[in-house]
Amino acid sequence: MAQKESQQAVERELTMSRAMVEAIGHEMRENEEVFYMGEDVADYGGIFDSTQGLLEEFGRDRIMDVPISETAYIGAAVGAAQQGMRPIAELMFVDFFGVCMDQIYNQMAKNTYMSGASVNVPMVLTAAVGGTYNDAAQHSQTLYGTFAHLPGMKVVVPSTAYDAKGLMHNAIRDDDPVVYMFHKRLMGIGWMPAPDGPKTPVPDEPYTIPFGSADVKREGEDVTVVTLGLHVHRALEAADDLAEDGIDAEVIDLRTLVPLDTETVLDSVEKTGRLVVVDEDYRSYGVTGEIIARVAEEGLADLEAVERVAVPDVPLPYARPMEDEVIPGTEDIEAAIRSARS
Amino acid sequence: MDIMVAVNELQSMFEDMVTARYYEERLQEEYLEGKQPAFDISAGPIPGELHLAAGQEAAAAGVCRHLRDSDTVTAPHRPHHVAIAKGVDLKRMTAEIFGRRTGLSKGKGGHMHLFDPDVNFACSGIIAQGCPPAVGAGLAATKRSEDSVAVAFLGEGAISQGAFLESLNLAAVRELPVIFVVEDNDWAISMPKDRVTDVDDGSQRAGGFDMPGVRVDYDDATAVYDAAKEAIGRARAGNGPTLLEVQVHRRMGHFMGDPESYRPDEDKEAAQERDSIERLAADLRSEGVADDDIEEIRERARDRVDEAIEWAKDQPEPGPEEAYEDVFVNPPSGVTTEEPSHELAGGDD
Repeated sequence: MAQKESQQAVERELTMSRAMVEAIGHEMRENEEVFYMGEDVADYGGIFDSTQGLLEEFGRDRIMDVPISETAYIGAAVGAAQQGMRPIAELMFVDFFGVCMDQIYNQMAKNTYMSGASVNVPMVLTAAVGGTYNDAAQHSQTLYGTFAHLPGMKVVVPSTAYDAKGLMHNAIRDDDPVVYMFHKRLMGIGWMPAPDGPKTPVPDEPYTIPFGSADVKREGEDVTVVTLGLHVHRALEAADDLAEDGIDAEVIDLRTLVPLDTETVLDSVEKTGRLVVVDEDYRSYGVTGEIIARVAEEGLADLEAVERVAVPDVPLPYARPMEDEVIPGTEDIEAAIRSARS
Repeated sequence: MDIMVAVNELQSMFEDMVTARYYEERLQEEYLEGKQPAFDISAGPIPGELHLAAGQEAAAAGVCRHLRDSDTVTAPHRPHHVAIAKGVDLKRMTAEIFGRRTGLSKGKGGHMHLFDPDVNFACSGIIAQGCPPAVGAGLAATKRSEDSVAVAFLGEGAISQGAFLESLNLAAVRELPVIFVVEDNDWAISMPKDRVTDVDDGSQRAGGFDMPGVRVDYDDATAVYDAAKEAIGRARAGNGPTLLEVQVHRRMGHFMGDPESYRPDEDKEAAQERDSIERLAADLRSEGVADDDIEEIRERARDRVDEAIEWAKDQPEPGPEEAYEDVFVNPPSGVTTEEPSHELAGGDD
């Protein structure tokens, strides 16, 4: 873990959603120009608990339920941000980006550049991502690669409560647009049990984690596993299983896709010579290909083996046997690590 | 109300409605299996989200009574009552909801993504995104000089979505045979209608597109039947689209597991009291239909639903490898694997 407490170790544990909400609440207290817009973010507290409890403290003017009009309210966030406010807009499921992408990628992400940086867009776009609960093709995607592909937005993907809080503070304070993608399965929602791992000790005070700094979640000598989001925990589980067979895997949590911390990945591959990239997004034209390309460009001489584990290029199927087949599981990661090592 | 609807039509609507209501009650039971005591959305025989339509049957029954198999219906994430009224194959639909290989979509779609081309029924889980394809079905009918129509069902939360408003405009300007049916259940998940739109009557949206807008204020199947008859007749005759809003009630939460803690108790109770099925049963009685005959319809509906669920649960699950099928219907290369050779002018070889 990245946190190194110099004095007393932090004991208080939070779920990832509580950690996110704590950062948002803190920033809202500090800066009255921070506000949150989304569907079901007020009384409901966010379908995935992303705003739980904030309405009670900040009221409807700052925790705003909005019509099911993503183009309008995400675009309104862009406009308010360009006025210097610090809006947070929530896309309930990332899969819904289809109804509002122009405001995201042609306005939010490009206005800074197109204006020669005379305009900037200090907003956060939050979105729930991910599958593993049989919600089928329109509600289960991560789309990490889609957002990271398009220039002009920073892309954040926390995997633990500690990271979620520090990355959220940075996201809200950043003067650029940040897409903050939280995995439903990690939030600690009562009705969608999280794996062990995302619930971590979290300091009370605010802290910022820089973007572009990957975190080595497990050190190892034999194989480098690069991943993000839910699959950090699946990779750690795979690494623990393999340790019993004497295979020592290093697990790197990217934490942000834009900017991407290539250095940490290269350093690890220099040590291990073997690279496994694990992603819950589609296989082609995505995160796995990008990581492998960067290592090939700058560390080809170190590279002895490469494996990638991702969703094969099919929409996510509903029925359990098929969803289990296409979303990488711990055993798929183990197999890839073994294969990279053989 | 002085609406005259033939008794057999009332009975048919009643059967659709009691079938749909009992279907949702049974699915609720099946869905909750394996989710006790701790609710885990991915557990049990039906995993994932489940949006049930109890309390919304009148809209579907009253509209679909006028439709033929060749007419198109698109439904949103809450589709079962519409599917039943449209005549979707109940067994295969149920198998789909249980994620079985013999389901309508071989287990790939689930309950929000039901497709039955035999009766021209389709769904989308994305709000208002069934509207443009309904316009497309209307366009196809017009181009082919057929008198079929298309109906897009949506919730009142969807009337602020671009896809809906753009569809109204395109249907109006091309005078397409499309009926937009807004099921107003007062709640967009946790957001009451007055928080997200300033019009009480969603059919007022029609005014901006110069098309008729009609609202049925109470979820009364006969009133829906009557309003839909005019709208569908108008479309079929080539006189363009209509926007129809129907007041319905949400009796089972937005999705199974919804705590509805945002919803006042009085509102929940009111939704239970305003029962369009009992209202229609009273209408049947006043038309002289005997209680025994009404009960016989209920029994027939229950038997059909129970049979569909039992059948579905006996069906095989898809194999993991089936996940790779059906991305395309043609080979990846398209309709050919060979490129013809052509002599092209201007080559510099």
